[in-house]
Amino acid sequence: MALRRRHILSLQEMDAEEIRFILDTADSLREILSRPIKKVPALRGRTVCTLFYEPSTRTRTSFELAAKILSADTISISPSTSSVVKGESFRDTLLTLQAMGTDLFVIRHQCAGAPLFATKIVNVPVVNAGDGMHEHPTQGLLDMLTLRGVKGRLEGLNIAIVGDIAHSRVARSNAWGFTKMGASVRIAGPPTLLPPELEITGAKIYDRLEPAIEGADVVYVLRIQRERMDSGLLPSLREYTRLYGITPERLHRLAAPGAIVMHPGPMNRGIEIAPEVADAGYCVVTDQVANGVALRMALLYLLLGGANGPKE
Amino acid sequence: MDLILSGGRIVDPSQGLDAVGDLVIGDGRVVDIRLGGASGTRSAPSGAINLTPHHIVMPGCVDVHCHLREPGQEHKETIATGSASAAAGGFTTVLCMPNTDPPIDSAAVVSLVLRRAAEAKGARVIPLAAGTQGMGEERLSEMADLVECGAAAITDDAFPIQSSATLRRVMEYCRMLGVPFVAHCEDKSLTQGGCMNEGEVSAVLGLRGMPAAAEEIALARNILLARLTGVHLHVAHVSTAFAVDLVRMAKRTGVRISAEACPHHFSLTDQAVADSGYDTATKVNPPLRTRQDVEAVKRGLADGTIDCIATDHAPHSAEEKDVEYQFAPFGMVGFETALALTFTELVEPGHLEPMRAVECLSSAPARIFRLDCGTLRPGSRADVTVIDTQREWVVDREKLLSRSKNTPFHGRMLKGLPVLTVVEGRVVHSVLEGM
Amino acid sequence: MRLRKEGRPVQEARAMDEGEIRRAITRVAHEIIEKNKGAERLALVGIRTRGVPLAERLAGLISRFEACEVPVGALDISMYRDDLHTRQPVVGSTEVPFDVTDMRIVLVDEVFYTGRTIRAAMDAVMDLGRPSAIQLAVLVDRGHRELPIRPDYVGKNLPTARSEEVIVRLKELDGEDVVLIRKPDSTPAE
Repeated sequence: MALRRRHILSLQEMDAEEIRFILDTADSLREILSRPIKKVPALRGRTVCTLFYEPSTRTRTSFELAAKILSADTISISPSTSSVVKGESFRDTLLTLQAMGTDLFVIRHQCAGAPLFATKIVNVPVVNAGDGMHEHPTQGLLDMLTLRGVKGRLEGLNIAIVGDIAHSRVARSNAWGFTKMGASVRIAGPPTLLPPELEITGAKIYDRLEPAIEGADVVYVLRIQRERMDSGLLPSLREYTRLYGITPERLHRLAAPGAIVMHPGPMNRGIEIAPEVADAGYCVVTDQVANGVALRMALLYLLLGGANGPKE
Repeated sequence: MDLILSGGRIVDPSQGLDAVGDLVIGDGRVVDIRLGGASGTRSAPSGAINLTPHHIVMPGCVDVHCHLREPGQEHKETIATGSASAAAGGFTTVLCMPNTDPPIDSAAVVSLVLRRAAEAKGARVIPLAAGTQGMGEERLSEMADLVECGAAAITDDAFPIQSSATLRRVMEYCRMLGVPFVAHCEDKSLTQGGCMNEGEVSAVLGLRGMPAAAEEIALARNILLARLTGVHLHVAHVSTAFAVDLVRMAKRTGVRISAEACPHHFSLTDQAVADSGYDTATKVNPPLRTRQDVEAVKRGLADGTIDCIATDHAPHSAEEKDVEYQFAPFGMVGFETALALTFTELVEPGHLEPMRAVECLSSAPARIFRLDCGTLRPGSRADVTVIDTQREWVVDREKLLSRSKNTPFHGRMLKGLPVLTVVEGRVVHSVLEGM
Repeated sequence: MRLRKEGRPVQEARAMDEGEIRRAITRVAHEIIEKNKGAERLALVGIRTRGVPLAERLAGLISRFEACEVPVGALDISMYRDDLHTRQPVVGSTEVPFDVTDMRIVLVDEVFYTGRTIRAAMDAVMDLGRPSAIQLAVLVDRGHRELPIRPDYVGKNLPTARSEEVIVRLKELDGEDVVLIRKPDSTPAE
């Protein structure tokens, strides 16, 4: 089997079979990260460009590392202002970088739909590293990889996603991804940050924390995104923590035994997640980060590694 | 010059007429209507055009809402190119909006527009003027001057007045001057940063939405102010089901109110944003709404709650639209697809009778804005539109006469083509053979 | 036996049966022990997929003959292939749970053909450490090598034409032990 898809834009359009194939490939490549020499020649001579219109340390570093481990060359571009306000247009930036020999683009942009727009402009694969409030498919995939590794399966798990749902591309990607793989997803957040229409993903929507995390095997905590929040959506961060903060007491009282906590990072300790929870053994954030590199290696290999289908 | 349109189906709501016959035009006026089958006799070989009963001959269509971008944004459209595009779409008179640069808020700019309009070779162009200076919220414009100089009505389109006190004063002047106030209904505090309808599609696509309530709140407020001031309120681009209900209720309680709807609001839903892959040609204000809203607009047109169809033709250059969805300007061109969409989406499936469709396109808008057109009564101005109701054609954005090509209907097959447009007895557009 | 493959008729001939395979493996095990003067610091690494059960069988035999544990690893070489621009093999995992440095590594594969797979395997092994020697054991050598690489231990030499296919089936994966040569049939279709 090979990946029949040329771009990775959203989890909404993917099916369980191809998700499973990507996760299996990532599992096979993980071992490379524990070698003394973390390098294989698979993508030698290929160029991967990370084009990040929004700041990000961990996602970009993760992609760059993944590319370098596979021996690809990397270019990293971070336009500091929006294309429209000043400087080169998005279209021209993409065409210029493609002309310089880019074989694959990894794009993060504050506008939903920007990576899809890019696929109409360039001839090479595009990976969406987060587009506005729309999707962050590689985060969803690495979360599923982590969960599968820790819990042994995805099917039948009760997963609660908590936080600023309205502005969260991670919440959308995970709602689609987890439900496609057979988990049961609950979404919770303050009413001003909660679009009820997301029930179309298959998730159940709650505006209070307690019913959402009751019996949950996984509590997925979202960052309260200061930079995206218009002022006035929450009365105060203190009130948010009081009503929706994930504390050891709440987990102990409501979540299922053996429940784990996940977070896409970076964490606001003391706001959406108590410091004791962040440091606990059941919080698997570092696994998520490690899996992120393996997952992105798998994607880069699958998207760049062959022109025709497999012969064996 | 004489012109005879022979053998077409003449539909004129102002005379309750729907019959096959000949329309005789002379000296820029309608001279006579001779009913009955094509007689085959012509007094002069020149000026006689043979039609068939599937050609509808109607009073020239009137578009009361369009953007011609001159002065100031001529890279998108000019009065000349807009007039030609309108004529190709079957329009004989268009009313253009004042959100130009500078805006049409002074007699000088009204005069400029009228001068350009006189040079234009297509549809007649009449300006609408702004109720406030600079289209802001601070000072009233000199509306008496504007109307005297030739503006057909006053409006706040594209810059909806948020302050009720300001709007009240504008409406009071309009009432005194005897012109309608054309309102763009939008509560901007609710649509801040939005780029499409707020609903399921926007939630899934991760785009900030503009809720239907934003249009409905402003409309309700405007209706109440119209009730207070006695002005004739004309509601621009009605797009939501509840907005249609509000207009219906207002008419029942005796408020002087009329309303228009745009072809995209009875042809497309917000799903088009997703289906097209975030194509910015689908970005418009008011945005494409849900299926229920579309059905309500169709019903509103059928039962007369919505009086007329207007295009809100809003050209933008390719570079301006070729950006991320969030940054693209709102609007789509509409002159050259409006009639075809009316016939394809409303008449063909039976939502509107042809007579009612013609009324929506010609006699009703003319009546609302007190224009000297919209009828084929002998003696009246010879503004005529002929549409071939059987002709199927595919929309090709490159073939549009408009300077801009931002249409979401590119590639779509439509039924109904405007084949002949006559303005004051002169043929300004024709795709008939031998012409 | 005449079969149909992708609509074209083919012929399959048996080149090695179960008994021949067993005897060949046994002989190779002895040859490995002889050449390396015992099993000290010896390890076997099978190349996925069918090299792995072969390596396990060889290791089992060597361990028995020499009464010591011979470590076995599995190597996935997809990341080292030189033809990734035309094919995208499904990636399997590499599991070599011992340090290869200073070990004599015997790579094990089921068919030796052009030699490119072995070149990739050598690159892969050397990324894991610094073996003191690398040797190669194969069940079948079918000729047509394209690189200056040849096996140290061969179960059977099977000269073949390029248009032919050599198919190895092993009990652990396919339920039977057999080596087949498949030729495309040159006679016209019935």
